[in-house]
Amino acid sequence: MNEILSLQDVTYSYSPEDSDMRKAVEGISFTVNDGEWIAIVGHNGSGKSTMAKLMNGLLFPQEGEVRVLGETLNEENLWAIRSQMGMVFQNPDNQFVGATVQDDVAFALENNGIPFEDMVIRVHESLAQVKMERFLNSEPHHLSGGQKQRVAIAGALALKPRILILDEATSMLDPQGREEVLATVHKLRQDTQLTVLSITHDLEEALLADRIVVMNKGKVYTEGTPSDIFARGQELVELGLDLPFSLKMSSLMLAQGVSLESVHMSEDELVKDIWTSNFNK
Amino acid sequence: MDIELQQVGYAYSKGTPFEKQALTDVNLHIPSGSYQAIIGHTGSGKSTLLQHLNALLKPTEGTVKLGDLEIQAKKKVKNLKPVRQKIGIVFQFPEHQLFDETVLKDIMFGPLNFGVPADEAERRARALVEQLGLPEEVLEKSPFDLSGGQMRRVAIAGVLAMEPSVLVLDEPTAGLDPRGRQEIMELFHRLYVEKGLTIILVTHSMEDAARYANRVAIMHEGRCVLSGEPEEIFGDELSLAAYRLSAPRVVRLQRRFETLLGYPLDKLCLSEEQLAFEMGTIVRKERDF
Repeated sequence: MNEILSLQDVTYSYSPEDSDMRKAVEGISFTVNDGEWIAIVGHNGSGKSTMAKLMNGLLFPQEGEVRVLGETLNEENLWAIRSQMGMVFQNPDNQFVGATVQDDVAFALENNGIPFEDMVIRVHESLAQVKMERFLNSEPHHLSGGQKQRVAIAGALALKPRILILDEATSMLDPQGREEVLATVHKLRQDTQLTVLSITHDLEEALLADRIVVMNKGKVYTEGTPSDIFARGQELVELGLDLPFSLKMSSLMLAQGVSLESVHMSEDELVKDIWTSNFNK
Repeated sequence: MDIELQQVGYAYSKGTPFEKQALTDVNLHIPSGSYQAIIGHTGSGKSTLLQHLNALLKPTEGTVKLGDLEIQAKKKVKNLKPVRQKIGIVFQFPEHQLFDETVLKDIMFGPLNFGVPADEAERRARALVEQLGLPEEVLEKSPFDLSGGQMRRVAIAGVLAMEPSVLVLDEPTAGLDPRGRQEIMELFHRLYVEKGLTIILVTHSMEDAARYANRVAIMHEGRCVLSGEPEEIFGDELSLAAYRLSAPRVVRLQRRFETLLGYPLDKLCLSEEQLAFEMGTIVRKERDF
């Protein structure tokens, strides 16, 4: 597997002169491989957002280095590298600049001097990828939250990035909107080699990732596959996180004296296990 | 304080080409001391409704009764100040409204505006900081030096400092981590149980509505289409689906369990603990039979 992005021993403090202040992130190292979906989870103030800003060069580390596509991120290559990274933020209402959906998606393309003909094709393609092509001429404020975030994803995709960073992109959506966005990301990953990095509080979302990085107080606490991570159970709760619903229900059922072969990540498995382990059916 | 909406309608930009009907014939009674959840799809009118609850918006049709105060369409209302002190609203991302030099001053701002003496306002601020689980040192800090979760608490303390008897919450936990979310929801629940506060929770989270509320109302396309006890509302999956909502996860799991079991459980479970208990009881009974 090829590395696409990595942080090597990265430290950043918002007030570097004050040595008493806890650093926002300290000694962080991890690697993201090409085509992976990584979820970064952690309590408020654990350094998740600082990390996102370090990854796309909004901040530069005071110690260590950030490598993207084999190059160390610096002031010179910043713009070239940033064009390889799409970013979608938390609030769907704060990231619209265009008067219509297609204007909005075209905005970054215009900024990057893409020829008009090419631009039209790319706008259509990327809206089709998020299933929003029917809304080409809609005004953004008439869309639902989930639709707005899909348009924001299309705007990022139009630049054909290698990496898509979702910074709590589903946290302000209703359950239906969240499902729409996650289904879109899931589909994109099947169709393209897109690398996805999602920063999230939503453990159900983290469950979909290939790998989870758990942050705690500015440091990487642990990383692993969703099943490795959630097997830690109570330990995660102590870090201010939670457990996915099916896992929580599994533990509660065990405490009720119900036999189970193991704890489960999905409701299907849980219900099936309740049956086979107790009724031999 | 009882709150009652009678045939309330509201149109934005009324009388202009941009007129948009946001609420239509909304009827809702929120008795004093209840925990009312208001749920609904994005754009269903929840936020417009919420702004009627302390007269930030006045109905363009119908009547809003806030305790003794009656706000009728097309009639002027005087002296809204007392009702705004009694009904506190915590807006979405309330930390964006923090502004003062120190946390202490920020929390005291509301009560001072309502004529509370400075020493009393300070006493309230200190007590609230403790109650919200913040360290005492934050009082002298700038609110902008705090973490997101702490800022949220300070903003909530600023509303509680006015000692409202009704607390209106618009997605109060959005953006918080799971622990922060739980702590804040538990705090509101304590205020409801111990201090008898009326809580009105506007939320996307069916889980929170199911766990905490004793009344649930559904908004859909500007109308209040369904209201009742959580067991009725969340047990009615067909209606929920028609309003583009889904039942809480516990309810969905209960239904799958019932399908396999072949008969329904005695009641609808609205919390994980309750469902585990009920399923556990049945499994033990059936297994050892």
